Amino acid sequence: MQERLVYLDHGATSPLREEVLEAMLPFLKERYGNPSSLHSPGRVIRQAVEEAREKTALALGAEPDEIFFTSGGTESNNIAIRGAARARRSKGHLITTSIEHHAVLDVCKGLAEDGFSVTYLPVDRYGLVSLEMVEKALRPDTFMISIMMANNEVGTIEPVAEIGALARERGVLFHTDAVQAVGQIPLDLRELKIDLLTLSAHKFNGPKGVGALYVRRGTPVAPLYDGGGQEKALRPGTENVPGIVGLARALELAVEELPEKTRHLLALRRRLIEGLLAMDDTVLNGHPTARLPGNVNVSFNYIEGEALLLGLDLEGIAASSGSACTAGSPEPSHVLLAMGLGHQLARGSLRLTLGRENSDACLDHLFSVLPPLVERLRKMSALYPGQS
Amino acid sequence: MYNEKVIDHFTNPRNAGKMAEADIIGEAGSFKCGDTMKIYLKIEQGRISDVKFQTFGCGAAIASSSMLTEMVKGKTLEEAQRITNEDVALELGGLPPLKLHCSNLAADALRDAIRRYREKV
Ligand code: FES
Repeated sequence: MQERLVYLDHGATSPLREEVLEAMLPFLKERYGNPSSLHSPGRVIRQAVEEAREKTALALGAEPDEIFFTSGGTESNNIAIRGAARARRSKGHLITTSIEHHAVLDVCKGLAEDGFSVTYLPVDRYGLVSLEMVEKALRPDTFMISIMMANNEVGTIEPVAEIGALARERGVLFHTDAVQAVGQIPLDLRELKIDLLTLSAHKFNGPKGVGALYVRRGTPVAPLYDGGGQEKALRPGTENVPGIVGLARALELAVEELPEKTRHLLALRRRLIEGLLAMDDTVLNGHPTARLPGNVNVSFNYIEGEALLLGLDLEGIAASSGSACTAGSPEPSHVLLAMGLGHQLARGSLRLTLGRENSDACLDHLFSVLPPLVERLRKMSALYPGQS
Repeated sequence: MYNEKVIDHFTNPRNAGKMAEADIIGEAGSFKCGDTMKIYLKIEQGRISDVKFQTFGCGAAIASSSMLTEMVKGKTLEEAQRITNEDVALELGGLPPLKLHCSNLAADALRDAIRRYREKV
C-alpha cells in the first residue's frame, strides 16, 4: 500500500541510532554478567553500568550518585511523586498542572485518593503555566511542585528555572517530567533548581524500556518496591544493562549534537508551520517561540483528528493527534481543552514531531498529501460551511 | 486497527456531500465524543431513492456513514428504520471495540431523518 515511510512522530518515540545499538550489542551477547555478582564477568558489567551513570550525569550537569536508572518515564514519575509522598510522615499538598502527561496526572489522582490534596494549575492559551499562579497555589503544607519541562502535545516549554527557584526558596520539592525536553533543549542541573527530574531514553534515539530519575542529593524519596538493593534500593531489580548503556550513549550523542540538531529542526519546523498556516482555517497550537524545536501542533477546523491521521497513514505518513498513549480514545486532548480550545478544534488537532533523520523531502511528501486530504475531509464534514 | 472494508469506505466514501434538494435532513451527535453527522434523503413513494451524508468524525464514523447510505438506498422507510448500528458495524466486517460507538451516529441520523419526515408529511 505504501512505498515509503515518512515518520513525523518523534514525540511518541524515535528510532534507535546505529551507534547506540553498537554500544548495546556486547551486553546482549557475550557481556551477560550480573552487575551484582562478585566474579569477574559481573564486575565488568558493574563497571559498564557505573560508566553509563557517569556519562548520564555529565550530560545533565549532575553527580553520578544522583542518577537512578529506571524502566522509563512512567516509572520515574511514579517514584519521584509517590516516593516523595511516601517519605513524609503526614499527608500534604502538591501542585501540578492540568496539562501534564497521564504518567503524572494519574499518580496525582492516586495520591488524592490516598488523602493528599492536589492543585491542578490552569495554563494560558499557549499552554504556559505562570509563576504567579504557582506562587498563589502554595500552602503551608505544600511539599511538592511537579511541572513538566516541555509539553508532549504542543511542545510548550515551561518556565522551570523560575518555578524551581521559587520552590527552593519556599523549601518545597520540585519535580519536572523532562521526558520531552532531555536531548531536545539545553539543560544544566548545576544551574536549575530541580530536585527530581524524569527522563526516558527512547525519546532521544535510545532504546525503549529504560529511563532515569535524577534525585538531587539529600532529597527524601522512598522506594515503591521491595527487593534487592539495586540503584541504592530506590529501584530494586537486576539492572537493564544493555538499556542503561544505550541510554547513556544516546544521551551523550544527543547533547554533543544538540546545537547542530536544533538548527536542523528549527529550519524544518519553520517551513512546516508556514506551510500549514498557509492552508485555510488552520491554527497553530502552543507557543510561537517557547516550544520544542521539533514540535508542530495545528488544528484544522471542521475535521476530526483521527480521520486525518488515518488518511495520512494510508499515504505513508506517521503522525499523531494527541499523545500516543491516548490514541483511539474519543476524548479530545486534555491539553488543548486546558488551553481553551473549543471541542471542535481540540478534536481536529495534528501533532507532527520532527527528528534528526527528517529532511525537506519528508515535508515535500507531507505537503503533497495533506492539502487534498484536508479538502476531501472538509467537503464531507457535517460542520463545514463551504459549498460542496 | 481497521479492516480493509472500513478503509475502503473511509478512502472512497459513497454518497458523501450535501444534497441540494433533499426531502428531509436528519442529524445526530455522539454523546461520547461530540462528533456529528447529517443525512440527506430523497424519498419517492415511501422509498429512499437517493441519499447523501456529511460527517464530522473519526475514520470509523465516516466509514459507517458511507456504509449506511449504501444499505438504505432503495429501501422503504419501514425497512430503513429497522437498521441498527450493529447492522452497520456488521456490514463493515466489524469495528474495533473502542470504535463501536461511532456506528451509532449513522443509525441515529437515519432515524432522526425518518422521524422528521413522518412529522412533516
Ligand atoms: S470517535 Fe467520534 S465518531 Fe468515532
